[in-house]
Amino acid sequence: MTAVIQTEELGKRYRTRWALAGCTLSIPAGHVVGLVGPNGAGKTTLINLATGMLAPSAGTIEVLGGRPAAGPAQLARVGYLAQDAPLYAGLSVADHLRLGAHLNPGWDAELARSRVDRLDLDPRQKAGTLSGGQRAQLALTLAVAKRPELLILDEPVASLDPLARREFLQGLMEAVAEQEVSVVLSSHLISDLERACDYVVVLADSRVRVAGPVDDLLATHHLLSGPRRDPASLPGALQVISASHTDVQSTLLVRSSGPVLDPAWAMSGVGLEDLVLAYMQQAAARPALRNSHRRLEVQK
Amino acid sequence: MEDLVIEFHLDGRSGVVPYLQLIHQVRHALRLGLLHKGEQLPKVKDVAAGLAINPNTVLKAYRELEYEGLVAARPGVGTFVTGTLDGGSLAAHGPLRRELQRWLARARRAGLDDESIEALFASTFRSASEDVEGTGRWAG
Repeated sequence: MTAVIQTEELGKRYRTRWALAGCTLSIPAGHVVGLVGPNGAGKTTLINLATGMLAPSAGTIEVLGGRPAAGPAQLARVGYLAQDAPLYAGLSVADHLRLGAHLNPGWDAELARSRVDRLDLDPRQKAGTLSGGQRAQLALTLAVAKRPELLILDEPVASLDPLARREFLQGLMEAVAEQEVSVVLSSHLISDLERACDYVVVLADSRVRVAGPVDDLLATHHLLSGPRRDPASLPGALQVISASHTDVQSTLLVRSSGPVLDPAWAMSGVGLEDLVLAYMQQAAARPALRNSHRRLEVQK
Repeated sequence: MEDLVIEFHLDGRSGVVPYLQLIHQVRHALRLGLLHKGEQLPKVKDVAAGLAINPNTVLKAYRELEYEGLVAARPGVGTFVTGTLDGGSLAAHGPLRRELQRWLARARRAGLDDESIEALFASTFRSASEDVEGTGRWAG
């Protein structure tokens, strides 16, 4: 199966600053991918490269096997929802659906209408008077009804209240179940995406820190605690992601394909949120890598 | 969503991954006789939309239950219960429940509060299970 997003040493530079650097990814189809990282980590840059709104400064990117925004056929295959759900304030809900029908060759009018019905939106209401949650739902409806193979959403829930956030994700998961569309969505909070995503890409400080299916990541990361010792003395197969020490005890978050068989260590599982935070902390602890173009050892 | 027998819920703080929570809830319903052979599990789309979870998570849970022989998927129709977990003991639930109710009434008359009753039950349950395990081990 073709990767939905395939990048090789992809980078984007603004003057002297690399907003994204050395990004090598291969995201398979059929997933809901969470792109997580702190603000300014490069999430929107990667999304803009994938939608063809930015051109790379280095490396390559392919989306569904084609060059981003290469032509009408490529554009029709990718749905994109920008931050803060941009709509035309002066146009009504029905106008937006008409617009969608005219602009998209694969428009599914039936799907659009049934979603608007279920959302209880008045077709005559102007978009400018909708609530934030309703605007986000209408924008999602437009993106879904064009029947894309890949749906890219930039921080879709960041500005929504908790109820609207839940409703938006419900609508999105319904679309995924009904239409088998692949999804990439970004957020600076993994807790927003934890239930929805089955694949994560952690970005921090312009680089990909870790990427993979959630189940694989949870199965290969462990929390070890035991008598204090130098992480450098651990077997080479263990990769230490984060370490904290007291006078007598060490707690390590490690990546390892097999169980850790040292009886001195108590081993337990790690939640997705702790795992993601550990990679972000690791990035923060190694600022020397900033703007350098060398490849990180913690890539997938 | 007509004739739905069970409805799933997720506990975000339990530390148990969502697909296992779904499996536990189906097994629990089977064990208590809330789900019967031939009944349909909620559709993947409805569970995904209801709980805002990834449809693959639901599919994974249903596949696992299918592997255990408890349910079977009929393509295009849904997933249906094919097995039971009550071990034929469901008939015994009524009399056991009545005995337990009598015992609870006695415990209250003896002055035990809710917490003491739970603690007594839990510790007795634990030591009884240990006895059973111990017997098994020595017998083996």
